[in-house]
Amino acid sequence: MTFANPSETPTRRRGVLRAATSVPPAVGFGMLWLALMVLCALFANWVRPYDITQMDLSARLSPPGTPGHWLGTDELGRDVLSRLIQSVRVSLVIAFGATIISAVFGTTLGFLAAQFRGVVEHFVVMLADFQAALPFLIMSLAVLAFFGSSMWLLVCLMGFYGWERYARIARGLAISAGAQGYAAAVVQLGATPRRVYLHHILPNVASTLIVSMTLTFPEIILMESGLSFLGLGVQPPETSLGNMVGFGREYLTTAPWIMLGPAVVIMLTTLSISLVGDWLRDKLDPTIR
Amino acid sequence: MIRFVSLRLLRALVTILAVMTFAFVVLRMSGDPAEVLLGPDVPQNVIDAFRKQWGLDAPLWQQYLSYLGAIFSGDFGLSMRDRSPAIDLVMERIPATLQLTIPALLLKLGIGIPAGIYAALHRDSALDRGVIFLAILGFTIPSFVMGLVLVLIFAVTLGVLPSGGIGTWQHAILPAITISIGGIGILARFSRSAMIEVLGQPYIRTASAKGVKWRDVVRGHALPNAAVPIVTIVGFMVGSLIAGAVVVETIFSWPGIGRLLIVSVSNRDLAVVQCILLLIAAVMVVSNLVVDLLYGWLDPRLRAQPAH
Repeated sequence: MTFANPSETPTRRRGVLRAATSVPPAVGFGMLWLALMVLCALFANWVRPYDITQMDLSARLSPPGTPGHWLGTDELGRDVLSRLIQSVRVSLVIAFGATIISAVFGTTLGFLAAQFRGVVEHFVVMLADFQAALPFLIMSLAVLAFFGSSMWLLVCLMGFYGWERYARIARGLAISAGAQGYAAAVVQLGATPRRVYLHHILPNVASTLIVSMTLTFPEIILMESGLSFLGLGVQPPETSLGNMVGFGREYLTTAPWIMLGPAVVIMLTTLSISLVGDWLRDKLDPTIR
Repeated sequence: MIRFVSLRLLRALVTILAVMTFAFVVLRMSGDPAEVLLGPDVPQNVIDAFRKQWGLDAPLWQQYLSYLGAIFSGDFGLSMRDRSPAIDLVMERIPATLQLTIPALLLKLGIGIPAGIYAALHRDSALDRGVIFLAILGFTIPSFVMGLVLVLIFAVTLGVLPSGGIGTWQHAILPAITISIGGIGILARFSRSAMIEVLGQPYIRTASAKGVKWRDVVRGHALPNAAVPIVTIVGFMVGSLIAGAVVVETIFSWPGIGRLLIVSVSNRDLAVVQCILLLIAAVMVVSNLVVDLLYGWLDPRLRAQPAH
């Protein structure tokens, strides 16, 4: 059948080539922006023109474009660009750490539920119910305000965001993998459950899990910046994107640039991750085809 | 069916109990309200008297049991600030919050769902792409940025709307829009994908192949089937009517539940915070329960297999 039309092969090859190179412009922009953000986060200490706490009281509230302070200065004469770069780093580190914790925790619970069923499964469902009953922002607000905010607590707390999604996905996929035979086959060969889950089931469900990580990541950035905006997240002298918007809010009328810079960065970053994540999902996720 | 409903009810009760326990333990473990309320320079005997008066000197399990007992007899405790009943403080803030969240919910439903369905029916058109892009933009803009930008435009620059506070209906416009933007985006995206999935089903092809008008296919077959996943999201939005405005109330200094929560949390006013958490969880659990029961009504297939 395939030989009936000899011209098909070149067309198909061109099709493959096009698929590889035709990243939609929005997704391409998203990738570039994310790369820039990651570079910013990795090399913050070298890229930053000034120290984030270095004050220049003679140049307070200079507007953007002032030589030496390209994005202006804040109410204490601190360089907005330097603080922005450090904020990107802090926010990304928190979101990245939290996403990893949430994915590992959720996937583990999901696999446990799939392996043991019964009581364990009911317990996991109950935890998920609990998570759904108390909006995450409210829960973190209570915890952070009463325990006092520290970087570690913040990362761990954010790590509980969205775990139930991974748990549900991992459980569902593990159960269907068990029914597909390859898992049963390695069990027959004498593999331990640990080996079955880590070496056989996990690689098969990884793409779906990675896609849901790209969905959780921007939400965690938004959650952290919301908490920092309310003054409960990252504490001064350290800075984060939400924290900058929160303090910049008081100078909304006189010096809007303090707030607008980090606001634009938050928006572009979450937007980029969503665009790239959607595109990845269309490429990778076998369940939606 | 009865077994399904009673199982769901039991789970809802257990969830509320878990939230209560969580709130109680976290709030008690995390520091002494006496020190925050009385200040650092108060002599020890005053602190001891305060702790004794509020029952904070008893062992944790005893405090917990008396807290549970009080809740079941309808006593939600007194505010440590002004000794008024916590439940009254909370209840008098609810109308203000609902004044923002109900219009916002109507905006979400009225714009989000039609936009998503329209996009699905005109898949891959320029309008469809526009809707997707705006939807993604809508839920990636944090509400505090949205709120501040709206204030900058409409209150500071144009001077047509107030920038905060409560009073006339104009005061509610900016906060209600700010709350609704993210939800509009989520609903539009969700209804679009639900609709696209349904439109790909064989029964839609069958219906239009046997000559049913496309408009009737959409109304009679596609919309009812797409409703199930949309109802889930809407249920979640109804559940967060009380809790969904914390950040926005802070931006617009709106005296609702969210403001009360932030203020009480920083004052360590235990009874008020517990009361708010309980209320939020109860509303959320009840609306999830209603959604679960609605499923059976919307989709008869789910009645047959009620276990999950």
